[in-house]
Amino acid sequence: MSLAKPVDQTDHVLGPEDAPVTLVEYGDFECPHCRAAHFYLKNVLATMGDDMRFAFRHMPLAQVHPMAQPAAEAAEAAGAQGQFWPMHDLIYENQDRLSPALLTRLGQRLGLDMQRFTDDMNSHRFLSKVKEDFMSAVRSGAAGTPSFFINGEPYEGSYDDEALIEALRFAAQARAAHAPKGHHAQRPRAH
Amino acid sequence: MEALKVGTPAREFELNATPDQRVRLSDFRGQRVILAFYPADWSPVCGDQLALYNELRDEFAKHKAICIGISVDGAWCHAAFREQRGYKLALLSDFEPKGAVARDYNVYRAKEGVSERALFVIDEEGVVRWTYVSPIGINPGADGILNALEQMHGRTS
Repeated sequence: MSLAKPVDQTDHVLGPEDAPVTLVEYGDFECPHCRAAHFYLKNVLATMGDDMRFAFRHMPLAQVHPMAQPAAEAAEAAGAQGQFWPMHDLIYENQDRLSPALLTRLGQRLGLDMQRFTDDMNSHRFLSKVKEDFMSAVRSGAAGTPSFFINGEPYEGSYDDEALIEALRFAAQARAAHAPKGHHAQRPRAH
Repeated sequence: MEALKVGTPAREFELNATPDQRVRLSDFRGQRVILAFYPADWSPVCGDQLALYNELRDEFAKHKAICIGISVDGAWCHAAFREQRGYKLALLSDFEPKGAVARDYNVYRAKEGVSERALFVIDEEGVVRWTYVSPIGINPGADGILNALEQMHGRTS
């Protein structure tokens, strides 16, 4: 089952839009495996540089991880103030002591407009976005967290940095091999 | 061995849902039932799979469906497992005679003494509408279930 919803402007994305390979993660902020993957991904992103694009989507298993959904909403609320990735990182770095109060403290630390942040949290302004991400995960065949998709196809390998980098480079090369080599007519470009 | 076929009536059973409560499949007549056979409590893949179905209870309810897990674990084992993981799904004990229901549905692995990781979607009249047997180590997710439920819409009710 491949990615049901392509990466678009509603996604939180790192890296250039025309990168040869796109990695999508469905993650849960309270999932210990996602936390481990987060630290590996730092290395993956640093190593791949502009050769990859990374998008993070929410898949909070809220019934078993009670702080996963509030954390996802907090990341979105920070995102509305241009601070999605710093909040995303801080949440994973402080996963072992997640609480509503901690999310507020992290917001303060990022210098957010706290009135706005609190209003967004209390009104669950971003809950529907989080749930949309969750359902797109399910529709894509994601069965747990973290789930990864490379150029839209499910990645079933290990999430350590070496394995991910190898898979990403392979996917980038596969795409390059399919690029026009002169014997195909160039596709007309939309203006 | 092939799992119980689509279009056949789902076999009736009566199993413990808790140490002191028994449940029959026919208790759910009039609702759709998603039967999720899984090999064992506590193994990490099952945990993930049940966590996902637990999360999707509202989504299943939109399709008038309830999801029920079944394994050969005992009722006290299920009780501890549900409590530790915070699951709200009912988990049935196919414990005595061991695996009898899994055998009825043709999804018992006699060598290992556990059931396959198998899914059955049963309609309001108790007829099997969709089945899937996953490789035992692989979490089958929920997209197949949701697609099956959607395709049933309009056909019944």
